[in-house]
Amino acid sequence: MMHKTSLAASQTPIDIDRRNALKLTGLSIAFLWGATSGTAHAAMNARRQSSDAAAAAADGNPPFAPNAFIRIDSNGAVRLVMPTVEMGQGIYTGISMMLAEELGVDLGQIKVEHSPPNEQLYANPYIGGQITGGSTSTRGQYQVLREAGAVARTLLVTAAAERWHVDPSTCTVAHGVVSHPGSGRKLPFGALAKSAGALPMPAKVTLKEPKDFAIIGKPLRRVDSLDKTRGATQYGIDVRVPGMKVATVKACPTFGGRLVGVDERRTRAIPGVIDVLRLENAVAVVGEHFWAAKQGMDALEILWDPGENAGLTTAGLRGALADALRNDKSIVAREEGKRPADGKVIEALYQLPMMAHAPMEPLNTTVAVTADKCEIWVGTQVPTRCVAGAAKITGLPPEKIVLHNQYIGGGFGRRLESDSVEQAVRFAKQVKYPVKIIWTREEDIRQDIVRPMYHDHISAVLGTDGRPVWFGDRITGGTVLGRWLPMAMGKNGLDGDLVECAAKTPYDLPNVKVEWIRHDMPDGLLVGWWRGVGPTHNLFVVESFMDELAHSAGKDPLEYRRALLQKNPRALALLDLAAEKIGWNKAALAPRVGRGIALGEPFGSHVCLIVEVEVSAQGEVRLRRAVVALDCGIAINPSSVEAQIQGGVIFGLSAALYSGITVKKGAIEQSNFHDYRSLRINETPQIEVYCVQSSQPPGGLGEVGTAIAAPALGNAIFAACGVRLRTLPVETRLLAQSAEALKQVVENQAEGRRTPV
Amino acid sequence: MIVLRVNGDEHSVDVPADMPLLWVLRDVIGLTGTKFGCGIAQCGACTVHLDGQAVRSCVLPVSAVGEKAITTIEAVGNSASGQKIQKAWLDVDVVQCGYCQSGQIMSAAALLTRVPNPSDADIDAAMSGNICRCGTYVRIRAAIKQAATGKAEILQTIAPEGAA
Repeated sequence: MMHKTSLAASQTPIDIDRRNALKLTGLSIAFLWGATSGTAHAAMNARRQSSDAAAAAADGNPPFAPNAFIRIDSNGAVRLVMPTVEMGQGIYTGISMMLAEELGVDLGQIKVEHSPPNEQLYANPYIGGQITGGSTSTRGQYQVLREAGAVARTLLVTAAAERWHVDPSTCTVAHGVVSHPGSGRKLPFGALAKSAGALPMPAKVTLKEPKDFAIIGKPLRRVDSLDKTRGATQYGIDVRVPGMKVATVKACPTFGGRLVGVDERRTRAIPGVIDVLRLENAVAVVGEHFWAAKQGMDALEILWDPGENAGLTTAGLRGALADALRNDKSIVAREEGKRPADGKVIEALYQLPMMAHAPMEPLNTTVAVTADKCEIWVGTQVPTRCVAGAAKITGLPPEKIVLHNQYIGGGFGRRLESDSVEQAVRFAKQVKYPVKIIWTREEDIRQDIVRPMYHDHISAVLGTDGRPVWFGDRITGGTVLGRWLPMAMGKNGLDGDLVECAAKTPYDLPNVKVEWIRHDMPDGLLVGWWRGVGPTHNLFVVESFMDELAHSAGKDPLEYRRALLQKNPRALALLDLAAEKIGWNKAALAPRVGRGIALGEPFGSHVCLIVEVEVSAQGEVRLRRAVVALDCGIAINPSSVEAQIQGGVIFGLSAALYSGITVKKGAIEQSNFHDYRSLRINETPQIEVYCVQSSQPPGGLGEVGTAIAAPALGNAIFAACGVRLRTLPVETRLLAQSAEALKQVVENQAEGRRTPV
Repeated sequence: MIVLRVNGDEHSVDVPADMPLLWVLRDVIGLTGTKFGCGIAQCGACTVHLDGQAVRSCVLPVSAVGEKAITTIEAVGNSASGQKIQKAWLDVDVVQCGYCQSGQIMSAAALLTRVPNPSDADIDAAMSGNICRCGTYVRIRAAIKQAATGKAEILQTIAPEGAA
């Protein structure tokens, strides 16, 4: 690869208009509180910042540390500091590729490191915080990280040119070496590190044109693949520190309940049990190892005060949402035009369940609290929030809280919360030894901060040609944003995330009214971000309903959508691409086989998914095939793009088929993978991903596949068996063909068998 | 004292007889590649080999291991099947968060030893006990076939220079 270091005026940072346009997509609306509160927020910078010296010192004072992301040692080692966390989405590889593209090294020459908590150095400009979420990492960092690489490369070239007394523009950079082709001289980065480190920051640098990319756009192997394939990656749960004990916890199963008392006599008798610790609403048993702690917990007799939510049920919560939809005032998210008096009215009620995250790595935190320091080892999406929480609990100043972020065994939004970390600090400050606290899977499900339930009334008025002349959506549910980041709520009290992908659709809809009726859950029942956030919920409702409209109008769902996309060529192209690849209407399908389309524009990307299913006479759904057409702008790593879409679709299909959290006596009923099911390999279809070539800026990816999955499934099920699903998860009994078939389903379930398809 | 043969080494451990092998490996011996996911043999993250057979170590009392040789993810690459599976895993970049992948690889390596050229049905039967929440199943299936045949099934990743 080759770089010229001449100054160019064409290179400018993201201009304000672009930024304003960008921020109107996905959860980033929620995160950009700087924009709503009018206060400036910290953001990462390609150049050296005031707190960089301390950060570089903590990294062993490398001679060359031109910004917060690049450290080059005299021996030539190139370390890249990752501003966001790796939880499977492949961002460590994407970040490395963005930095390396401009820096002039190969991925095999770098070593990646987790960043420390530091808002000034590592806050994503797209989010306004050091937060990994909302499918914003690539979108937010694409510009600044390439610039960071270019700053470093410019300095290294300048150092070499000064030494050789040549014009910097006659030097080239590749594979971690600066060369002067004219004279054949070469110097590796390590030999230049010290002198480059003494140079002033360049005012302006030139970034490559996308057509010149040598790394970006290639399916490079993930930087974390080798260790993860050998079992060598250290996740939070694998942390071992000297003198450490292992604990497990149980918090009151009832929302908002309290601990009354504990009889620990049987627990204390178990070999290896060290301590029994208490909080207001939870208890921990500490052991020499997890098994002792777990045995100790099982032997504990705990008395809870369930509190005010003791009678809470799913039906009660659902009823309250229905009441709110009928009676409560709404906040208007978007209103254009008027609802016509005449026309065919179509309306439907959609109901979505609460859901748990269930990442494969159960929540865990290792903490060591001493008189003047609190050290934390955890994989978290919100490191600075964890530090703030720990500072409050321990009374120590934030600089005395040392947090070591770790590889994350799945986040899906659960690790955007700091509750488990704060709980761990509360326990750990009661003891003199470091303690690793591991939640059991049962605790992970029952103490999840669940995806909210929704109750949406959606309607349309169709003109004589069957096209919607009016579209209305009355979304009812509780806000996540209102708790998680209240200052990001709109001036009128609107939760922007909650209406995402409903307030704006890809379609040409002349008259629209989208409203939100806020109905929060009772105190103690916390709701949180779940992969795909607002779009996952709204795309199911809107895209299922578009299918209903097509069928009401007597039109093919593909043709119906095509007619509404004539002003949206980007979306239309994807629809056509997916239809072509699956062979839509090319051949007759077998009985009880159907295909469903879903189209959406979540997280700054554009996606169309077509799912093909077979529904047995007994109502069992078999996924046969899935075809995705995707336009995510520039694909940093095509292999990662495909993986994120495949995985995201599976996550979304898994949830639509199986995931529903229910409440009885104020507590979550599910507890582990046997009653909170996940899709398994034998149920997974082939998933083909077709990504259009684009030179547009990158869109989000991590949540796109999940957000588009459920409506394609629901529409396919309708096509297969004529049953419209307006509730999730899929209920087999609703899809069964006849009373006789239904009887067999019930018998099979009673015997714990899965009905064969 | 219980004597365990783990990855070719003998370990004498002073633990309760009913302690699951998983926690002996992780918390006593210090081999953390084997993962805790559910504790009730539902997810397969804890899969190890006993004399080459895949077992769920989270529900296997350590006293039941006896003389059998334990192999974990840290050493599965020493076997022909394990090596092929790990190579295929890298060639198609199966991993995402990676947490379940130790278990996936152990199940896949055991399958390949037993069935050198597994069909889709063989893969379903051997791998359906291993949950992946990231949804890497499409690539797992391709990687197993690729490990068996040596032929590229799907998009191959570009390895860094000098990598295996």
